[in-house]
Amino acid sequence: MRSALLALASLTLVAAQPAPVALDALLAETPAPTLAAYRLFTDAKATQPNSRVTPYTLNTPLFSDYALKHRYVFVPPGKTIGYRASGVLDFPVGTALVKTFAYPADLRVKGSPERFLETRLLIRKADGWAAYPYVWNADGSAAVLKKAGARLDAGWIHSDGKPRNVRWSVPNVNQCKGCHASGEAITPIGPKAWNLGATQLASWTRLGLMAAATGVPKVPAWDDASAPVAIRARAYIDVNCAHCHTAKGPASNSGLYLEWDQPDRVAQGIGKRPVAAGRASAGLDFAIAPGHPDASILVHRMESTEPGIMMPELGRTLTHAEGVALVRAYVAGLTP
Amino acid sequence: MKKLLLLSAVLFAAPPALARTIVVDAKADAREAIQTALIEAQPGDVVELPVGTFALDEGLSLDVDGVTVKGAGPDRTILSFKGQTGAGEGLLVTSDRVLLTGFAVEDSKGDGIKSKGADKITFHDLRVEWTGGPKPTNGAYGVYPVSSSNILVDKVTVRGASDAGIYVGQSKNIVVRNSLAEYNVAGIEIENSTNADVHDNVTTHNTGAILIFDLPDLPVMGGHSTRIFRNKIVANDTPNFAPKGNIVATVPMGTGVMVMANRSVHVFDNEFANNATAHVMVVAYPQAINDASYNPLPREVFVGANRFGKGGWDPGFPGGKELAAAAGGALPPVVWDGAESWTIKGEVKGEPVKLGFAGGKLMSFGMPQAPTDPTKAKPALIDVPTTPVSFPPEVRLPADQPGVS
Repeated sequence: MRSALLALASLTLVAAQPAPVALDALLAETPAPTLAAYRLFTDAKATQPNSRVTPYTLNTPLFSDYALKHRYVFVPPGKTIGYRASGVLDFPVGTALVKTFAYPADLRVKGSPERFLETRLLIRKADGWAAYPYVWNADGSAAVLKKAGARLDAGWIHSDGKPRNVRWSVPNVNQCKGCHASGEAITPIGPKAWNLGATQLASWTRLGLMAAATGVPKVPAWDDASAPVAIRARAYIDVNCAHCHTAKGPASNSGLYLEWDQPDRVAQGIGKRPVAAGRASAGLDFAIAPGHPDASILVHRMESTEPGIMMPELGRTLTHAEGVALVRAYVAGLTP
Repeated sequence: MKKLLLLSAVLFAAPPALARTIVVDAKADAREAIQTALIEAQPGDVVELPVGTFALDEGLSLDVDGVTVKGAGPDRTILSFKGQTGAGEGLLVTSDRVLLTGFAVEDSKGDGIKSKGADKITFHDLRVEWTGGPKPTNGAYGVYPVSSSNILVDKVTVRGASDAGIYVGQSKNIVVRNSLAEYNVAGIEIENSTNADVHDNVTTHNTGAILIFDLPDLPVMGGHSTRIFRNKIVANDTPNFAPKGNIVATVPMGTGVMVMANRSVHVFDNEFANNATAHVMVVAYPQAINDASYNPLPREVFVGANRFGKGGWDPGFPGGKELAAAAGGALPPVVWDGAESWTIKGEVKGEPVKLGFAGGKLMSFGMPQAPTDPTKAKPALIDVPTTPVSFPPEVRLPADQPGVS
């Protein structure tokens, strides 16, 4: 009887304090078959982050067909993130970056019920980062690993009140690398100091995730209408293009390098002729024709939804009207 | 799948040198079945594609070293990308020591088969084709190794590319042989690359047959050392259908070999016939440049003994007709724009281009400065050395190049 009581007590204890994140699962050589196995969340629907799993946001996110993204970072106990003013922060082994893609029923309504599509994990293992896509089942009760990717039909009410539909493409693990490759290695894209911002990094310091961040570059959010167009557009182009269009990225051979702080005007695309664009050049001579968005291949490829023309090649099927408008304004304001 | 598991179990118990053959199930969903095999393959494995035509709505990719992807033949195993909705190419390879053999890629929305950053890659017995014939809406490149090294393209057929059928860019140590390139804008193009042998190919019904280029504003420039020999370069008579803006859109119909801004190129023992513009054109990069590290001149180009048939009777560039008339009805086999200098940031730079031709005389258009102005051409037959200043070395692929026994 007494042992039964004890057992009951310990059960209660378990219920009160959920088991911590499964670091062993994160560091295992092979990925877990289900998202739940990592215990990153305390509920099956992955809405309640476990202890040390911290939600975060980016000032300027990658456009993904208007899907909402819920981002979390997990850092193992006793470890901290190393600060870097440029490039991706130095995350310790055992880090997990978690991103769930979701559509709300109605984009106009705050708190509108969401359908989860997939949760992508980037895990910092001992020998580098690994990327895995987990696809949610129809009722959002479990997500399973799909190395070969998947196609999902999804829909929502858009900001204009009209219904929208997409054939959502969950990337296969090679396609994960297609965006996350830096040389031979995989790397995160979003969590850079300039895109997380000083305020958020200060809160990470308060939470003990990292030492104090100093000299965080001030780059406005892409949709901050009070900031100058050029810097916002270049931040937007960086986030949406520079994971490939950088000297070590998958599009290194193009010579078109689109980091927000890239100093070389030709590398930025200004007056740069296409190399391997093929029909995507649309008969235009330059990636960016200063002052002329309609004559700029970069704008044309952002507007297109046709494979072989559209950029980025992966991760979108719709045109991001608001992003295009920003880049058009930027190109229109450039002088030769 | 059951077979796969069984094989994995065997592998687990045996030394890792034991290569498996993963047979893709012809009846399964093609994208998922093939892509899963390409992801789960281990170094040494063969991914076997079955007989049949497989409709793919998304590009495929391989990122595992040491894998062979093998079909039943380029007319029996067909990957059709007609309904493609995603990715920039049909098949992308980003790993080393890969052999692709015995299948076709049709109607991909972007490029056909691309390798990026791959070492020791062999494209063998493949076909890449846009089945609707030459159209500007076709993909740019058929077989497309870029930023790669130790590349063998052997027994490959490419038709319909709106840029180049076989395109090698920013790469080194390259052999392109025994292949057929037809109905493309460019048949074979070696660009910003070093050490290439292009031999025993048939290039016909393209706009231009074989292009050896070097372009500015790229991470790898200064391409050099290419040998073009024993190729059949005949009847390149397809009007240029490249989308404007691309450098190949400037190539006139009926060009045999064009060397642009590249160094140390040797053209010998080829058969040239029925190329209306010119059999061999040697030219500077035609646009204004801002890149101070770039040399827009062709240098050390030597045209040895070749068999030259009819050619140069209808040059497809501005002023071409007048030039042909001035030359007695047709341009001679080898023509050169005449540029030996260029301007960069207001400064004039120059160097001797060191051209040679076994025939002794070639036509210079007499346009001394790049970018050249065709309205100022002063054509003349000029004497050039009949021996080369240098020979590019023979390309030797590594002993363990995949598919070469």
